[in-house]
Amino acid sequence: MTGDLLTASGIEAGYGKVQVLWGAGVAVNERESVVLLGPNGAGKTTFLKVLLGLMPAWRGAVRFAGDDITRMRTDHRVRRGLAYMSEIGVFTGLSIEENLRIGGQFVERATLRARTEELYGIFPALAERKSALAGALSGGQRKMLGIAKALAAGPRLLVMDEPSAGLSPLFVSQVIEVLGRFRESGLALLIAEQNVAFLDLADRVFTLEAGRVGFEGTVEALHADDALHRAYFGLEGS
Amino acid sequence: MRRTVGRRGTGDLLIALVVTAIMAALPFGYSNELLLFNFVTFLALSQGLNVLYGFTGYLPFGYVGFFGAGAYGFALTVMHLNWPPLAAMAAAGVAALILAAILTPLLRLSGAYFAIASLAAAQSVYEIVANPALEDVTKGPYGVSLSGVFAPMFSYQVGVAVLLFSLVVVVWLRNSRFGLALQAIREDTVSAAMAGVSVVRGRTIAWLLSALIAGLVGGVYAWHISVFYPDTAFNIQFSIFATVFVLFGGATTLIGPILGVVILYGVYNTIGITVPQYFQLIYGVLIVALVLFLPNGLVSLATRRGIRVP
Repeated sequence: MTGDLLTASGIEAGYGKVQVLWGAGVAVNERESVVLLGPNGAGKTTFLKVLLGLMPAWRGAVRFAGDDITRMRTDHRVRRGLAYMSEIGVFTGLSIEENLRIGGQFVERATLRARTEELYGIFPALAERKSALAGALSGGQRKMLGIAKALAAGPRLLVMDEPSAGLSPLFVSQVIEVLGRFRESGLALLIAEQNVAFLDLADRVFTLEAGRVGFEGTVEALHADDALHRAYFGLEGS
Repeated sequence: MRRTVGRRGTGDLLIALVVTAIMAALPFGYSNELLLFNFVTFLALSQGLNVLYGFTGYLPFGYVGFFGAGAYGFALTVMHLNWPPLAAMAAAGVAALILAAILTPLLRLSGAYFAIASLAAAQSVYEIVANPALEDVTKGPYGVSLSGVFAPMFSYQVGVAVLLFSLVVVVWLRNSRFGLALQAIREDTVSAAMAGVSVVRGRTIAWLLSALIAGLVGGVYAWHISVFYPDTAFNIQFSIFATVFVLFGGATTLIGPILGVVILYGVYNTIGITVPQYFQLIYGVLIVALVLFLPNGLVSLATRRGIRVP
């Protein structure tokens, strides 16, 4: 299991004495979109935290763009092009403009300015309220701001933890549509989700079950597996 | 955007210069120079606290520890090394920086734990300085006399220079990427790290800057009053006043702590003289009312309407 952009293999991690991940791994190639599917408690968030350096890996390795980043600090990983959008996503006490400036705070000023204008073009609702506090935005708008903030530095890979959390089906569709546009522009995506609607974005799928990778393959292969199809779609296999 | 930020920065700097110029000129038209010096002290001290609390969210109840370290850094170099006052001012800043560096592990704590731990640390420094066994070094509880360098007007103007430094630091933080990164840390350290912010570096720099300002204020305070005791230099009232002034006016802004000092310390001195029997009652009611109705300080009257306050 290797990807030319991100490879995590044999990851074991947990909280205190409680082990959550048992040899989990994932691989993402440049310009590829990968969905990490799993139910609540499967270890998705823990796995993403290890990828971002927010939790130490007990065992295993994480490589990004050819370099071993297993022991690297989170901010250094982010500066290498690994962006993360958590469920919280934004700084609620700061304005939209300030959120974007923090997202791209290590980018050269002119580049950030151009990038910000580009993002305002993609998210016109944010452009209309640049000075508004992020805490005053609706859940859907916050999600859009979270995505824009994560992309302000122009990352190579965007890692997202349950982007559908707390959103109505309409907003979920909008998030998927926006992410689809970024995927077409060449951004690699790794999305941890339990909402199967995000499979529309996926080039490949990984499933995480009790801290272990259960399935790895294409969406078509997932559909072709009756047991998995039933487990994740709640429907009878065809 | 850059032009907007630049214009804001210039406006903020102008306010800092005007405040400094007013405080520098006042002694020439108002005779109560000690009162003016106390205003300068609290204006600078509250901005120093603002650097830490306003931009990173750490509220150090023991902020007076840096002030006291600065006062004794100044006094010891004058007494034992015969340093001239301006050189001793540098020693005051260095003493506070050294103390801050030693106490850096406190930043691993947060909220009330940090506040109380910083208070305990300040108390520990006080106990060391006031220890009679160290009389040969610190003069212990018997206090120090720096009458040889007593220069009220010169030390006042140096105090104004320290005030300018504290104001410029806040202007810089309000208009720089670094200041914004600190605010991200204040909001959520994990999210800040995920945005590429170096959390440890950011809050350590803010901690040291805040301590440096308190140390310089403590140094110039020691110089100005010339005779003082450990109880004076480590008086918890400095922490309480600075905290109340920042909270009253509004943290993270330049103007908030200035408003806090001018209004509250002005009221403090006015009612303390005119109606001293009601002084604590009036002061207490004022603070309780603020906490109840304006928890984010006076500036929130404007910021809640979307108006940017310098």
